[in-house]
Amino acid sequence: MSNHHIRVTVNGDVQEADVDARLLLVHFIREDLNLTGTHIGCDTSHCGACTVLVNGTAIKSCTYFAVQADGAEVSTVEGLAQNGDLHPIQEGFREMHGLQCGFCTPGMMIASIALLEQNPNPTEDEIRWGISGNLCRCTGYINIVKAVQYAAEKMQE
Amino acid sequence: MIPPSFDYEAPASLEEAIAILGKNPEAKILAGGQSLIALMKLRLASPAVLVDINRIEGLGYIKEEDGWLRIGAMTRESDLDTSDLVREKYPLLADTTRVIADPLVRNLSTLGGNLAHADPANDHPATMLAYGAELVATGPKGERIIPVGDFFTGPFETSLAQDEILTEIRIPSPNGSSGGAYQKLERKVGDFATAAVAAQVKLGEKGVVEQVGIGLTNVGLTPIKATAAEESLQGKEANEAAISEAAQLASEAAEPEADPRGSVEFKRALVKTLTHRAIKTAVGRAQGGK
Amino acid sequence: MPEIQGLGHSRKRVEDARFIRGRGNYVDDLKVPGMIYLDLVRSPLARAKIKSINSEKALEVPGVLAVLTGETLKEYDVHNMPTLMNEHQMVLPLDTVEYQFQEVAGVLATSRYAAADGVAAVEVDYEPLEPVVDPFKALEPDAPLIWPDRPKWADVPEEERSNHIWHWEKGDKEATDKAFEEAEVTVKENLYIPRLSAAAIETCGCVAKWDAVEGQLTLWMTTQAPHAIRTVFALVTAHLGLSEEKIRVISPDLGGGFGGKVYVYPGYVIAVAASIVTGSPVKWIEDRTENLGTNAFGRDYHITAELAGKKDGTLTALRIKTTADHGYVDAAANPLKWPAGLFNICTGSYDFKNAFVEVDGVYTNKPPGGIVYRCSFRVTEAVHTIERLADLMAHEVQMDPAEFRKKNFIKPEQFPYQSVLGWEYDSGNYAGALDLAMDMIGYDELRKEQAEKRERGEFMGIGISSFTEIVGAGPSHSFDIIGLKMFDSCELRVHPTGKVIARFGTKSQGQGHETTFAQIIAEELGIPADHIKIEEGDTDTAPYGLGTYASRSTPVAGAAGAMAARKVRDKAKKIAAHLLEVSEEDLEWEQGKFFVKGSPDQAKTIQEIAFAAYTDYPQGMEAGLEAVSYYDPPNLTYPFGSYICVVDIDRGTGEVKVRRFVAVDDCGIRINPMIVEGQIHGGLTMGFAPALLEEISYDENGNMYGSSFQDYLLPTSVETPKWETGTTVTPSPHHPQGLKGVGESATVGAPVAIVNAVVDALWHIGVRHVDIPMTPPKVWALLKEHGAALEQ
Ligand SMILES: Cc1cc2nc3c(=O)[nH]c(=O)nc-3n(C[C@H](O)[C@H](O)[C@H](O)COP(=O)(O)OP(=O)(O)OC[C@H]3O[C@@H](n4cnc5c(N)ncnc54)[C@H](O)[C@@H]3O)c2cc1C
Ligand code: FES
Ligand code: FES
Repeated sequence: MSNHHIRVTVNGDVQEADVDARLLLVHFIREDLNLTGTHIGCDTSHCGACTVLVNGTAIKSCTYFAVQADGAEVSTVEGLAQNGDLHPIQEGFREMHGLQCGFCTPGMMIASIALLEQNPNPTEDEIRWGISGNLCRCTGYINIVKAVQYAAEKMQE
Repeated sequence: MIPPSFDYEAPASLEEAIAILGKNPEAKILAGGQSLIALMKLRLASPAVLVDINRIEGLGYIKEEDGWLRIGAMTRESDLDTSDLVREKYPLLADTTRVIADPLVRNLSTLGGNLAHADPANDHPATMLAYGAELVATGPKGERIIPVGDFFTGPFETSLAQDEILTEIRIPSPNGSSGGAYQKLERKVGDFATAAVAAQVKLGEKGVVEQVGIGLTNVGLTPIKATAAEESLQGKEANEAAISEAAQLASEAAEPEADPRGSVEFKRALVKTLTHRAIKTAVGRAQGGK
Repeated sequence: MPEIQGLGHSRKRVEDARFIRGRGNYVDDLKVPGMIYLDLVRSPLARAKIKSINSEKALEVPGVLAVLTGETLKEYDVHNMPTLMNEHQMVLPLDTVEYQFQEVAGVLATSRYAAADGVAAVEVDYEPLEPVVDPFKALEPDAPLIWPDRPKWADVPEEERSNHIWHWEKGDKEATDKAFEEAEVTVKENLYIPRLSAAAIETCGCVAKWDAVEGQLTLWMTTQAPHAIRTVFALVTAHLGLSEEKIRVISPDLGGGFGGKVYVYPGYVIAVAASIVTGSPVKWIEDRTENLGTNAFGRDYHITAELAGKKDGTLTALRIKTTADHGYVDAAANPLKWPAGLFNICTGSYDFKNAFVEVDGVYTNKPPGGIVYRCSFRVTEAVHTIERLADLMAHEVQMDPAEFRKKNFIKPEQFPYQSVLGWEYDSGNYAGALDLAMDMIGYDELRKEQAEKRERGEFMGIGISSFTEIVGAGPSHSFDIIGLKMFDSCELRVHPTGKVIARFGTKSQGQGHETTFAQIIAEELGIPADHIKIEEGDTDTAPYGLGTYASRSTPVAGAAGAMAARKVRDKAKKIAAHLLEVSEEDLEWEQGKFFVKGSPDQAKTIQEIAFAAYTDYPQGMEAGLEAVSYYDPPNLTYPFGSYICVVDIDRGTGEVKVRRFVAVDDCGIRINPMIVEGQIHGGLTMGFAPALLEEISYDENGNMYGSSFQDYLLPTSVETPKWETGTTVTPSPHHPQGLKGVGESATVGAPVAIVNAVVDALWHIGVRHVDIPMTPPKVWALLKEHGAALEQ
């Protein structure tokens, strides 16, 4: 068991901490940094509730150690709104009723942002594929697809 | 689900990594972590030391050189997926990477990890068998080349030594009329194969099959090279009868076990169906189709 | 002033503001000073004797504070707990474990990580016993008795003990048997509806905080029914000095429920006990395997069903016999008088003169449960049965299944309709919904396409389900949960400036009550929904109610909201009369104001009246403007719909692909069409999932298959069909606003439409039935059996 000093930029803020090697990134974010918007739904990298961006890449933070993120930039749902303005994806989820219980929503939004980054104008099937690592039990996905389409349009403006 | 404790090392060079592995018989390489960390969280694996090779530069690349497609072991599935080179010239590889896991897992999981993990349910092994790939292992004495046929020694077992790192995967570059395809039945996105079949063909004059490779996924303790099927197709025109015969022989080569994904009978039949489809698509592609 | 946004507005959701910012308050987000962690040791075996539990090594793990066992809990007499079916369930075992993953011991530690290490270090010596997995074997005379130390057998002679729990029946057996004897045509089928897990993306968990000085227990927990849970806690812990007024159950934001969060799981009780024992707040959060492996299940009904009819397609009788696998105790969250839930809605949308249904509950070595997964108290099983059989009969008498249904539907003019199995259907127009669905999907064209494809050897099928739901439990004369009548409640207060707070006895898990309940009140009071704040889930502040499940919130609590608002309006009228110096009879109401009949200028807005309620109210009247309603519904409500599904079958792999799915739903008046649509999309997806993917199964040793999301297959966005929805509106005549409830309709109605489509695709080769989930191996085996499998 080894301890490591890590330095991670989370939503623009530099965070330093001594962490046990086995500390999962999701627990570091939720418990050490108190950013509880990132959730845990399955523990086995199937549901995507824990999705965050590490250096711009969407990953499942339940299957990633905090020490692996040393030196990286991490973005979570809490960093989406800038100066009180919602990110277009947040607007999209609200406008298109893309959420019900809200538990999958932060991960869904982060995965969607990563998708739009790579493919700013995705087709419906590309969206469905792009969010297929994120499970939602409530919405049946239709309105999530619409939310992503809303954001895509908004971001192209 | 909480993994057990371990020591963590993140060497900056291959030499260092190899040295750490050599010193610690219970050390394990951490690549994408998408198989290993899950096993640790389930406490099915408890390595004393994790050697994170993500910080070693130069292990992720996709390039053609000297008649080979060379892929660095740390190349992620997502990089394979977005590579124009792979998409245009290596359709079998492109097919395969597309049906592995989901977009987020694929951002991390590596080609090297997928092979080194040697899970009979993993998809790349069969594809590499069909391609006749070569694997480059780097150890204390430098590099050695392992033909993929010698790589998989058992379920979750390979011919890599404890202090060897898989560093490169080499796929022979296609020449002439070549084509390949991967056919997989999965229960949903992100699922491991119920069964899957990789086929790579090269057509000679008059559409005669000059070279063919067929690999089977998750119907045995290791990935299976369907040699009899390959031999039956070789030198024949790839017509319906020849493809059917090869498909039949491939299904006979499968050694599936019954599990909730299906009965033995079903899986055998499935191998036949998928082999048929894979060869047909591969031949179509070799003839210039998509 | 914002728009009023009463009924019928697709108002954007209030709760989204926090969720889209990652500011929801789910139970695992909570941190309480001094909090420690509980993790559970679970049995790897389905049935075993516990010979010993050795905690020594666990206690040496850094951070581990204590290990609790059944013996520890026995000292406080909380090692067993009551179920909602008046039985007992183990919290921690003393002698035997009766299902795989059953709780065996609790480890307390300073961190999640240490607790997990502690669990791994506890050594339990098990002596394996032969498990009873099959419910039919469990009923055999020589079957081993499951949980022989069951408290209910204390006074029962040994020869009277068995794994048979209860027999329940409804209907006239003799008349039904006679109708079958006289029938021109009969059809019969065995159906198995497998176990399912609700699998909300948030697992269950709690934080229990015992304050010994104040004698106060605060329990933040994932519960859909906080009030009932508190009462149960008060009743079973009274001997420990816990008292109901000092127990506060708070249900924070829930990451989905679907029935899985109605139950009290041992983990909650252990956490409470642990907090009392240690004096520290204790957090317990399930991981996904614990959630899938031990949470209450849904379905698990083995059904034999028969229909009798005439050659012209008229249905005459229905007969159903069912064996219900309940796991090792009966802990189903039914209303007490309904051990098989509302399964006797099984006559469905059809006018039957004769029916008889019987169900036998059985113990097996599996986790308990029975009522989860948007099932509306076993209505899913009922709909599956009748709609499957209706299709069989249609084929048998060679009628198109749509035409057959229309012939047998209860007609609009027959409502209120008295069903032969005891229900009074409130309202319906079944043919209207089916016609719309057929129109939307282009039914006749599809039949032509199917015929053409069949010629070419391609298998395509069209399946219909015309279901009738029954929701809104329920009238106090027949509905209670452990004696608590199934009313629900609203406490409504109008502040001086005309703003409102309203609290309800229910608890949203994603249904959007904060949005829709405000609309219900806005409709009645003419106060903008944006000025109405809704609260639920805290037993210290919310009025007593039975909670949110079985689609009961809108029909029961929603009605309470409307009734409370009407009481407020009655008082407002008195104040308005006082302010306008007229008599009450001279006043007329228009949304948002009272005016003097014939002179609309003379008016007082509800806001003016609210202010007056605190500043200028008539002499002799109490100040304030508030009301409470505990609503006892006069009847249940009966939403309905017709679904049509088109599937294509891959003859080489057995894969079923849902190409199209049209869902026409009628849930009465729609409060918020956007939210109703959302509920239907989600419900359809939870209907699709068990039809093709999800299932919990056990091998002969009682080992569970499907204990992680790797094998318990929740559909992703890729598999999920692109739902097409349609609407008809038939108001409920007895609900104050004509509402019916919609949360579960789609899950109830959808699976069998898909089954009917698959059977339709395979009928011509001789297939008559497929059990769900219709996986590739299962469908392929049928193709093979009937000589239609391709190997290419
Ligand atoms: C939800 C989910 C779905 C998945 N679905 C599929 C699927 O459909 N098909 C499929 O093929 N895979 C699937 N996978 C597995 C995934 O692709 C894995 O990531 C992959 O098998 C391992 O790659 P990795 O880079 O993550 O390796 P790691 O998990 O880091 O390592 C795996 C093993 O290989 C060893 N190793 C890794 N790299 C090297 C190296 N360069 N040299 C020597 N040893 C090495 C490690 O020590 C370890 O023992 C899935 C995974 C998840 C989480
Ligand atoms: S919790 Fe990380 S993928 Fe489910
Ligand atoms: S909104 Fe509940 S899981 Fe997606």
